Amino acid sequence: MAKIIGAVEINQERCKGCNLCVVACPTDVLGLQPKEVNNRGYHFAYTAQPDKCIGCASCALVCPDACIEVYRVIEK
Amino acid sequence: MKPEDIKRSENKVYSKPELLNDTPMHYCPGCSHGVVHKLVSEVLKEMGMEHKSIGVAPVGCAVFAYSYIDIDWIEAAHGRAPAVATGAKRLNPDRLVFTYQGDGDLAAIGTAETIHAANRAENIAIIFINNAIYGMTGGQMAPTTLEGQKTATTPYGRRVDLNGYPLKISNLLAQLDGTCYVTRQAVHTPAAVRKAKSAIRQAFENSMAGRGTSVVEIVSTCNSGWKMSPAKANEWMVENMFPQYPLGDIKNIIKE
Repeated sequence: MAKIIGAVEINQERCKGCNLCVVACPTDVLGLQPKEVNNRGYHFAYTAQPDKCIGCASCALVCPDACIEVYRVIEK
Repeated sequence: MKPEDIKRSENKVYSKPELLNDTPMHYCPGCSHGVVHKLVSEVLKEMGMEHKSIGVAPVGCAVFAYSYIDIDWIEAAHGRAPAVATGAKRLNPDRLVFTYQGDGDLAAIGTAETIHAANRAENIAIIFINNAIYGMTGGQMAPTTLEGQKTATTPYGRRVDLNGYPLKISNLLAQLDGTCYVTRQAVHTPAAVRKAKSAIRQAFENSMAGRGTSVVEIVSTCNSGWKMSPAKANEWMVENMFPQYPLGDIKNIIKE
């Protein structure tokens, strides 16, 4: 069976840490940095469990600041 | 597979719309405006109208829309965006003219302009962000504020006997003969975002086809004004806003 592997690239300086992508992700890939902040002082999103990503782009669709790029590969 | 092998341009399925520039948006974290800006940018690019569009920005949180989307914009006086768009569209019938307004702009100070533009069947698209509050000025009561909703000017909740009823302006506009498409959407889930995008596309196509005025209401959150986290604001919107402002097409003359 073909396996879908995804990856997300987050623009950490543009992120405002609103947490909407974390809520939208069906496989709990994303999380907010617990301590680290970006230049504007926000706890930005990061890929806490990158292996679980399926490239569905749910996070990117709901991201209000267009910080997320999504990549998807179908491995045969 | 390593992450470097996946993150190649040929595997890219989603990225920031080209028309949305790199200026950091001034909106609060989690604001629905950002999502709608993305959708407008994507639809304009897909239609190939990026050089032939005129947006009319409102007064309100979206006042700086012209800083973020790289198309031609006009900044209208408070509530007067449909009147300005009328002029722009009548003089430039080959251009895609749309307004982008909030509920304080469209449903309060601009009610007359909105209703008369729709009644004249101006070939413009109106994108209406309804977050039930005056977000920019600090969360005062708007005509669309829900019954019992606490705002800066109704600290004990909106009272119908004192403040009147929440205004369903989209339903009102749907009754006018000049409107061809009136729909109510939201952007709180990926599925809703996709639906809202196709609604905006439909409205823009109606505008270019000369079918009349299209109104796309987006039921939105204002987490700062509502004093909630963005995720909690989405939940609150589903629980409280949707019963008052149910999603779906209110009027669509193409299907009827």
